Amino acid sequence: MNPWMTYLIWPLIKFSIAFIAVQALVAAMNWIERRLLGFFQARLGPNRVGPWGLGQIIADPIKFLLKEDFVPARAEKVAYYLGPILPLLPSFIVFCLIPFGPPPTFAVTNNINVGLLLIFALTSTAVYGIILGGWASNNKFSLMGGLRSAAQMVSYEVPLGLSIVGVLMLTQSLELEEIVRYQEMNSWNVFPQLVACFIFIVAMNAENNRTPFDLPEAESELVAGFHTEYSAMKFAFYMLGEYSLMIVNSCLAVTLFFGGWSLGMGGIGFTTEVMQKMGWVGGLIGTGIFVTKMMLFLFMYIWFRATFPRFRFDQLMDLGWKFLIPLALANIFVTGIVLLAFPSRLYGDTVIAVGEIMLTVIGMIVIALTLVLLFKPKRPKVINASRVSEA
Amino acid sequence: MEALTSGMPFLVFLIIGTIAVAASILVVAMRNPVHSALFLLLTFLCVAVLFVLKAAEFVAAVQVLVYAGGIMVLFLFVVMLINVRSLPEERVMSAFWKGGLAVGLGLFILFAGVVRPGVYHEPKGNERDLRTQTTYRMRKVRNADGTVTERRVGRSRVVGNSEAIGMVLYRDYLVPFEVASLFLLVAMIGAIVIGKRELLAEEEESTPQFILDRAEKEKEVKEVVNGR
Repeated sequence: MNPWMTYLIWPLIKFSIAFIAVQALVAAMNWIERRLLGFFQARLGPNRVGPWGLGQIIADPIKFLLKEDFVPARAEKVAYYLGPILPLLPSFIVFCLIPFGPPPTFAVTNNINVGLLLIFALTSTAVYGIILGGWASNNKFSLMGGLRSAAQMVSYEVPLGLSIVGVLMLTQSLELEEIVRYQEMNSWNVFPQLVACFIFIVAMNAENNRTPFDLPEAESELVAGFHTEYSAMKFAFYMLGEYSLMIVNSCLAVTLFFGGWSLGMGGIGFTTEVMQKMGWVGGLIGTGIFVTKMMLFLFMYIWFRATFPRFRFDQLMDLGWKFLIPLALANIFVTGIVLLAFPSRLYGDTVIAVGEIMLTVIGMIVIALTLVLLFKPKRPKVINASRVSEA
Repeated sequence: MEALTSGMPFLVFLIIGTIAVAASILVVAMRNPVHSALFLLLTFLCVAVLFVLKAAEFVAAVQVLVYAGGIMVLFLFVVMLINVRSLPEERVMSAFWKGGLAVGLGLFILFAGVVRPGVYHEPKGNERDLRTQTTYRMRKVRNADGTVTERRVGRSRVVGNSEAIGMVLYRDYLVPFEVASLFLLVAMIGAIVIGKRELLAEEEESTPQFILDRAEKEKEVKEVVNGR
């Protein structure tokens, strides 16, 4: 083939398809989120523009385009303009690396040997937009928001990265396709890696600055945080970046823990082989399964937002450093011991192993203990009365 | 067409290498520290691309993950906390720029001398390191007639970048690796010890003044209460 085609034109076409797909999904997400939040809070949500308020998907971008584009005085121009754009880039590139369907390539790029690492590397650079935007706005609240988000995202990247180590130990690969293949042949990684899955979901919420962890934009303390000084399309870019990263993280959670495009375990059910026999229909079905799972995760994001109150900053740091990271390390340790005691089976084996069952049981016990500790009713603090009488 | 295909990586190398060098010069040339940090980020990303060109994807990914995703964020964090708003108007040049230039040139010549005859210009690059590796395990296998026997089964596959690095780090050079990580731990503890506010000798040994004050106050209160 013409090298210009293979190296430049073809990737560009694939990239733009991924770009458009993300844009469409993000625009839809805005409407879905507002409707669902309305549902959760026993109100209607946007329902005026078009049937069920669907016209809102088009009305919102038009509003953003037509609003006044305001630049604060003494803003650091370069960083101010770069801020909203930077978080968009990694999320679009990451979208090209995720396998949406069974192998006759539904992923945009070819399989990369270090796929998972590359995705983590790229998503970790998304924080720059927020820091830069917060700093460049020449506003103290923005700066506080940016700094908070820097501290938060750097510290939650650690449990996020540590939580996937257990998965990698089981699947013995960094390629996303291999990880999905392993899961459909053995068991979805949620079961043997229940603790890791829990850590991953919490950390990915924190990485996205979504509501229990949305301290960088805490409106009761910081006006609107890092995007206080942003209006019109620049603000919309921040929204786009946040929602694309949400989608990327959901895709990752599906691929790593919930069997990717497959719908079956132990080689039984809707596996890659079955889909490949069905030709392009099978590919479409696989992609459909993947997108459905992903949408469930997006729903979970919105549910969290409607349910949990915001953390205080010291609580946030305590949760990350004193709870999630030790838990993730313990998970790696236990997984390693179990894998040593019951050597993992080879690729393509269809029998669910002793080791995986053990890991599942251990994981369930840990999660149960955590929930008990979290929801144990605390005795209210009583001021010691004896000291008062002593005086 | 063949020449163009083989020339493509070289073209990418030229473009990305130029950007990397230019950005790293701008890191020192910029007066605003945040802009310097941003150009340093650009340099890191370009270097990651260069790693990919030499078939070292793992190193590239780790480069972005650690340097761009972690270290640079902390740099920016510190720079913004200091928040330099008033910058000197005139360009500030170090008094030792001539010496620096000489050292830089010397280093460049040294590197060029080392790199030119080395593996860097081998046509196949790191591909020769990719080898097929077979792992064997004993496992029960169900035969055609229904009996179960133990058999040695192997899986052979081409060892990728990350596997190769893992083998080298955790099998061939395990002890040096662990020693290096221990050194890092010691360095970290040392940094924390140095970074902590140093207490004066009398401060460390004696009771802090505010506790003494409080004790004094409590004593007074007690006297007042008792005397009543």
